[in-house]
Formats: sequence, structure tokens, C-alpha cells
Amino acid sequence: MAADRATRIGVLALQGSFREHMTLLARIPGVQAVEVRTKAELESCAGLIIPGGESTTMALVAERWGLIPELQQFAAQERPIWGTCAGLIFLANRASGTKEGGQALLGGLDCTVQRNYFGAQINSFETLLPAPACLPRDSDPADTFRAVFIRAPAITETGSGVEVLAEYRLTKEEQAVQQRDSVVVAVRSGALMATAFHPELTQDSRWHELFVDMVRKHAAERAAAAAAAPAPDPAAKLGRVPTRPADLPVY
Amino acid sequence: MAEQQRGTQAVKVGLAQMLKGGVIMDVVTPEEARIAEEAGAVAVMALERVPADIRRNGGVARMSDPQMIREIKAAVTIPVMAKARIGHFVEAQILEALGIDYIDESEVLTPADDVHHINKHAFKVPFVCGCRDLGEALRRVAEGAAMIRTKGEAGTGNVVEAVRHARAVQGAIRQLQTMDDDELYVYAKELRAPVDLVRQTKALGRLPVVNFAAGGVATPADAALMMQLGMDGVFVGSGIFKSGDPAKRARAIVQAVTHYNDPAIVAEVSCDLGEPMVGIDVREKGFQSYAGRSE
Repeated sequence: MAADRATRIGVLALQGSFREHMTLLARIPGVQAVEVRTKAELESCAGLIIPGGESTTMALVAERWGLIPELQQFAAQERPIWGTCAGLIFLANRASGTKEGGQALLGGLDCTVQRNYFGAQINSFETLLPAPACLPRDSDPADTFRAVFIRAPAITETGSGVEVLAEYRLTKEEQAVQQRDSVVVAVRSGALMATAFHPELTQDSRWHELFVDMVRKHAAERAAAAAAAPAPDPAAKLGRVPTRPADLPVY
Repeated sequence: MAEQQRGTQAVKVGLAQMLKGGVIMDVVTPEEARIAEEAGAVAVMALERVPADIRRNGGVARMSDPQMIREIKAAVTIPVMAKARIGHFVEAQILEALGIDYIDESEVLTPADDVHHINKHAFKVPFVCGCRDLGEALRRVAEGAAMIRTKGEAGTGNVVEAVRHARAVQGAIRQLQTMDDDELYVYAKELRAPVDLVRQTKALGRLPVVNFAAGGVATPADAALMMQLGMDGVFVGSGIFKSGDPAKRARAIVQAVTHYNDPAIVAEVSCDLGEPMVGIDVREKGFQSYAGRSE
């Protein structure tokens, strides 16, 4: 596929694990990944990933440069957005456990999330969860995917139009705290997808493939996507670009 | 379904990955912690005295009162870090029991063991450790550190040592990348670091864990400088709450770290911040280096 016809996917690069998302997107043929910090960069993208990080920080930085209305407009045009962890908190209509005074949220996803659902970092964990039917198959016969939860939120209520993609069965200890057996950790609704875990911290690019698929379907429906604005030259900034590679190993 | 696993390397390094591109601020009260959170800090470091006060007051600096750490933890939703003395694994056990999100095994506190660091593999909570060069960084990773910060000189408001240590690490990695694989055994011996970590660092072209800058960052320009030198984020200790307008300076440093490569934005956020902290020249007579207290 010619570079100018590649599907352009933005990763909100204000803070957090945006580099990891860029690396996984780069493995998918026909995808051009773009770091998004400004309105112009956002405008050029057919879809957007809001990465893991601190939702309070991302909200404050986005607000400072007027990016929140731009993001709301992006969502209003029904261009697909995928939020991981902090990104899920951005997309949810209702959030509990937020900092005093609340947080500027994007909204659009009819569900309630609770921040830091599992507690402090010592309760962070990884596990294997059953893959939803829409996820591309891989060679694993058990058909699971590796899910890494870092001070993760969880979805405690979902509205009627929201499709549940993955649920996590709580351990006995967690059941005693939360008074329930399981909790929703991945959802999809219209052009929005959200996961409480971090596919970007693994080698598994299937969630990214699923999202790229959503973006392509949407772009096909919307012919105007072909006329998307050209991506700004990332090298146009005046400062010095760090000379060392940014990619960490996957543990 | 598979059991959940806590405290794996992916989970430990993963939290540091979520902090990348952010600022971690030293705070001594719940009120300061709230100011830091409002300014956009990705995490706070709870401690009894900021390094500038530790320098001024002298004496033995220890882990903070657990009560005070609890109060700070209750005040904010962002991760809370706390410092343990080098080699003091019981202070680390206490911090783990308190539910601290990251432990800083820090040379800013008076070392409890001048030979051995904590065996950090024995903990589920992740650790960040200081380094002055590549060998020191990889020795800490070998002991189980899931995040590294270049040491700089805490409490000085002088960025020169932070720059020296960041350049030392990055320069050594560039040198390593030019080497033949046969030469890595002797180089690892010179670095006093495990050869497998040296090999991994060569392959990656960077440290195998997240690498923040620390020790002397006082202005948005200092923070952007450390980012352009290739750091993943910045610790700011005394620089914020020892300055004239902490809330404003904190917000400015957060913006400068996100937009570190855009001088127009760094210029804009640097305007009218009030008095910066008073700096110390590290070449002054009687200056005590904290960075040199461990290796």
C-alpha cells in the first residue's frame, strides 16, 4: 500500500505509554502511526489511541493547550478512539475515585469506571483472559490474551448499547473487598473502544489490529477520510531530538 | 483461567512506563501533595524534609514517619513514592506494608549499609534507584530495580551534576553500541555489571528500564534540557516547594516536560514564575556530595 494511502492512526503523546503503542502499530502493515500533541496533528488522523499514563496529568496538559474541545470534536465526528487504562477514564461518561474537584473528561462511553479499582501498585497484576470472538485468532489453542493491569480502573456499570469484550474474574481476596464476582475490563460502543489493561505492554498486537480494523471500516464509510489533512512534519520542531532509541524491552 | 500474578517484571516496569513523560514531585505535607496533583504531577514522593532542608539541617536522614506517608497517600489519587535508606530492607518492608506504589532506595537519605543495596527481587513493590554512570545503573537493575534515575545532586538547585550523570549513561551506551560482541565480557568487568544486562543494553541502545533525571532540576528549562538529553521524565525535589510560587512553577515544569522539544512553548511557560530556589555551587568548599555516598 502506498504511504499516502496508509491508515493514519494517532497516539495521544502528552504523557505515558504512547511510545509502546507506536511500536505495536508500526508492526501492522498499511498503518502510519503519528504522535499527537497538537490540534494539527490530531486533525490528520483517522483514529486515535489514548494511552496509559496518569489520567489527571493528561487531562491537565490537554486542557492547558485547548485540546479537550478538539478531542470532543474528533469523537463527535465518530472517528474511532481507543482508550487504554487512563484512556478508559477519559472516555467513560461517569468516573468515581477521581481526584478532589473532578477531572476534565472526554466522555461518550455509556459506563461507569472506578479509578484504581484494585488498589495500590502491590495489587497490580498480570493474567491470561479469554479472547473475545472479535479479536483476531492466534496460534494459542486456549485462545487467551495476556492482560497487564497497572493500578488499573475497572468498569463497574455498562449502559445498554455497550458491548462487553472482556471480563475479569476477581480472586477471593478481591471478591471480599468488592462484593462481586467479576468486573468488566474491555468494552466497545460505536466508534469507541476501551480496555482497563495494557495490550501495549505485551508482544500481542491483536488488540491493535482490532482497532485498526474499526478505523478502516469507519474510514470506508466516511469517504471524506481520504481527504484528511497531511500530517505535519514531526522533525519541524526546533529543539534537539534525543539520539537514543525509545523502545523498552517487553517483559 | 490462569491465576493472576503480582509483582512480575512487566507489572513493576509497567508502572514506570506509565509515568514516562511526566514529573514526580517531592512533597512533605498533604497540602503540597494536592498542589502537585493539581499541577499535573504523575506521582509524588512523600518525605519529611526536602533535600535542601536535609542539607541545611544535617544529621542522619531516615525513612519518613509512616503516619505522614499515610496522610499524603489519602490526599491524592496519583501514585505515591517514598524513600528508604540504601540497604535498609526493613524500611522497605514497612513501605511495602503501607501500600506505597514505588520505593526510592535513595542516597539522599543516610545509607544504612555502605556495601550492599537492598535485594529488590524479594519485594512485590517496585524500586527506583539512583546512578551516576552505566555500570551503577546496571548493578541496580541486576539487584531488581525496575526504574533508574540519574542521581544529580539533590537539594542544590544546580543541574550540572544531573547533566553529568545523564551524559555519562548515554555516552557509555553509545560507546557500547560501537563494540564488538567479543569485547563485552571485559567491558562488563570494567563496568562491574552482569554481561547479560550489558548485552541487552547494547541491543536496545538504551537502559532496559525507564530512566528519569533527578538532582538539581529547578526550572522548566532544566527539565526540558534533561528530556532533550534523552531522559524519560524528571524528578523535581526542592526545586518546586523551595521556590517563590510553587503551584505556578510546578505547572510550568509539567508543561515543559510534555513539550520539551518545542522552545516556543517552553518559553511561554517559563514567563513570570517568581523566585527560583537558591542554588548551591557543587564546587564550594565543604560541599557534601550525596551522589558519591553509594556505588
